Amino acid sequence: MKEKMVKQIQPTKSGDWLILTGSLITGGFLLLIFPGHEHKTLLAAKTILVELTWILPGILIFIGLFTVWVSKELVVKNLGKTSGIKGILMALVFGALPTGPLYVAFPLAAALRKKGASVSNVVIFLSAWACIKIPQEMVELQFMGLSFMTARLVLTILFIIITGWMVERVIPEFPQNKETNKKGR
Amino acid sequence: MNTTAIVINLFAFTGLVISLGKDRGKTVAALKVAWQVFLRILPLILLIVVLIGIMMGFIPRKLISQLLGEQSKFGGIMLAALFGSVLHIPSLIAFPLAVSFLNNGAAITAVATFITTLTMIGVVTFPLEMKELGRDFALLRNGLSFVVAVLIGLLMGLVL
Repeated sequence: MKEKMVKQIQPTKSGDWLILTGSLITGGFLLLIFPGHEHKTLLAAKTILVELTWILPGILIFIGLFTVWVSKELVVKNLGKTSGIKGILMALVFGALPTGPLYVAFPLAAALRKKGASVSNVVIFLSAWACIKIPQEMVELQFMGLSFMTARLVLTILFIIITGWMVERVIPEFPQNKETNKKGR
Repeated sequence: MNTTAIVINLFAFTGLVISLGKDRGKTVAALKVAWQVFLRILPLILLIVVLIGIMMGFIPRKLISQLLGEQSKFGGIMLAALFGSVLHIPSLIAFPLAVSFLNNGAAITAVATFITTLTMIGVVTFPLEMKELGRDFALLRNGLSFVVAVLIGLLMGLVL
């Protein structure tokens, strides 16, 4: 079980390191060709690096703890059958808990759908997963400040619920049988 | 200065201690996950540091405020919305980028819209969403999210 969870994290792509090297070389060249930009460039890079270093340990530990303690089974079990206001709240909370990257969310949402979760709750769950993840809100707080973070959080929650309601007006139910699924509907 | 970071780290370490008291094995597994996430995002973090350095060093403030600032009006918001929809980067490194834009002439509206489309809409993950939840669902959710993101951006501009 634990090994499975650990394996779900994708390994570093070597392409990312290549792109990094490329950007470093580009930056070096730019600084060589156009002198006089060193101060601004290095200051901006340093400021961001320092802030990220400060916040990263806590964020990573949060992600690790939640990934291990909140299992996917727990999410599916609790969200599959709850409806009404309670269902909306649960979808928001379980979406916001850092239980993995976005590509885990879609299979999870599909499992929810099979368990009988409503269309609007699946929308709310997915959007919360993408948008108001707890570690993400912490980074937003650090970089953007309290008022920006709070205002965007409140507006996002409000609009996520509205979006869920609207999607459900158009698609009242998920197509249930497998034949329709295969046709891509 | 860095109160936020200190508070967050304190919370995290408290959680870690509680977790350790409850289940040693699970806590070790949690640290392993944390380490793997770190290794995965490390090149991206360094990349964003370099890119922000280059951008802030070389792109004149005037250009940023022309494209994304108050005077860019609705065009700037749409540019930010499209940019955020297509881009596929972890939100963790999106905020440093966003705050650099904000400090260099971009409007709150454009920055808030960018962050919202960036997280809510996934052009890259769209095929997966379609496969798991159906085409209509994926189209509708992403489409509505685009409109919603612009609305959130506009409201943020009014509030702040």
